[in-house]
Amino acid sequence: MSNFLFGRYLPGNSWVHQMSPQSKLMLSFYFVIVIFFANNLASYAALAVLIAIVILLSGVSILFFLKGIRPLVWLIIFTVALQILFSAGGTVLWKWGPFSVTNLSLINGGFIFIRFLLIIMISTVLTLTTTPLAIADGVQTVLKPLKKVKFPVDTLALMLSIALRFVPTLMDEMETILNAQRSRGVDFGSGSLKHRVQAAVPLLVPLFTGAINHAENLSTAMEARGFSDSEHRSKYRIYRWQLKDTVSWLVFLLVGGLVLYLRK
Amino acid sequence: MKDIIQVKNISFNYADQPLLFDNLSLNVHEGEWLALIGQNGSGKSTLARLIDGLNVLKQGQIIVDGLFVNDENILDVRNKIGMVFQNPEDQFVGATVEDDVAFGLENRQVDRKQMHHIVESSLKNVNMWDFRDRIPANLSGGQKQRVAIAGIVALSPQIIILDEATSMLDPRGRQDILNLVREIKAKNHLTVISITHDIDEAAGADRVVVINHGKKIDEDVPDKIFSNTEQLAQIGLDAPYTSQLIAALKRKGVNLNQQYLDSERLIAWIKQLVSNK
Repeated sequence: MSNFLFGRYLPGNSWVHQMSPQSKLMLSFYFVIVIFFANNLASYAALAVLIAIVILLSGVSILFFLKGIRPLVWLIIFTVALQILFSAGGTVLWKWGPFSVTNLSLINGGFIFIRFLLIIMISTVLTLTTTPLAIADGVQTVLKPLKKVKFPVDTLALMLSIALRFVPTLMDEMETILNAQRSRGVDFGSGSLKHRVQAAVPLLVPLFTGAINHAENLSTAMEARGFSDSEHRSKYRIYRWQLKDTVSWLVFLLVGGLVLYLRK
Repeated sequence: MKDIIQVKNISFNYADQPLLFDNLSLNVHEGEWLALIGQNGSGKSTLARLIDGLNVLKQGQIIVDGLFVNDENILDVRNKIGMVFQNPEDQFVGATVEDDVAFGLENRQVDRKQMHHIVESSLKNVNMWDFRDRIPANLSGGQKQRVAIAGIVALSPQIIILDEATSMLDPRGRQDILNLVREIKAKNHLTVISITHDIDEAAGADRVVVINHGKKIDEDVPDKIFSNTEQLAQIGLDAPYTSQLIAALKRKGVNLNQQYLDSERLIAWIKQLVSNK
């Protein structure tokens, strides 16, 4: 989990690293939407070429992207298998009870597979080249218009950054509690599911007590440092929209148009 | 000398608990290093919180540099006081060292350009500038306390309150932080209140106030306070190492006419004793 959130960011100074987080965030959303418009080989190929260029520009080894896929392998296999076995239409190649494989379902399965891959790739590029803090700041910038309807955007961003900041602290504490319980003979790794859930209870109680203590002390410390309300603060960090962002958006919009043109 | 903090006849209790302070008064002189000592639960930390307006006073008055501590003045009072708390982990708000130092400045809506200047100079002041990109998980307790001090220096307060700020550090880290605060105190002409269990830390103060069960038992220079070993024992505090050494020497028949000396003077005295023989 800590790897999932923190070990992922790889420091660097590439084109993608230098882009502003709000722009990367929006661009990733946009790309995912475009993926769902693609429906034939040509349109998928266009997107694949684009993502390959993005990966090259990020300066990050392809191995890290493959690692990003690993935790999702079963989800991908399951979804692709469902698609292949249950979709109808086309010439039937194989049939057994309710299951059938047709030439069309094979093609659809292949497309779903590519779709998954593309979504994982773009989100991996985002998390590998952007610090969690920058992502929180990006969210704040993206949500800024909601301030007009009195949505507490800055409070949300501060909460997000404090939550991120405390993840490693709580991880450490969980490790300590785990070891303390293990040294008393608690077995977390084996036994039935019921047994394992029961073993987790003495883990969670001290973890929550600790978290509440942290929260209380932290709020006192924040108050002592003059914090009163999160909507009226200046900002230390700012991520400006750059030429690189504009250029990237133009390329992505162009490819988006191309996908609409190429699709059936 | 001017009293920068005046605590006048205060009474306070936490909800559903007996009175912790009953008519307590205390003055802190401008520019001094005042140590507040006492056992757990004696009310030392609560007093610090009352001074900073983190707890609300029931009766009496606290005046910080001419300002009454009340709802109206609370932010101005907090501009004058910087507090360092016990747990290094629980006062680190920012995601990185830099962001944490900036937190207090952001609260005061300082202009960004100026903020970057102040953060840089504050971090250089505590020798943590090279660590500015680090996340708190990759810092030691002592380094986190340094960052906390940088966060305070950035706001240029007049008073620093150390609320057991060194109690979770190892001896070297403790000495390190105390030296740093001493340095900053001298440079910026600050007043320091240090709330501590550590008698050796208190021995370095200009003045010591002993608190027990919410009452001020004694206040004097460290030499006098630590000479009174009986009183210290009565309220459950250890005598400083040097006092213990003097007492041990006395048992061996080596008599010193004083009951307390700081380590430097004690070393000088022992050297003299040895060379005279």
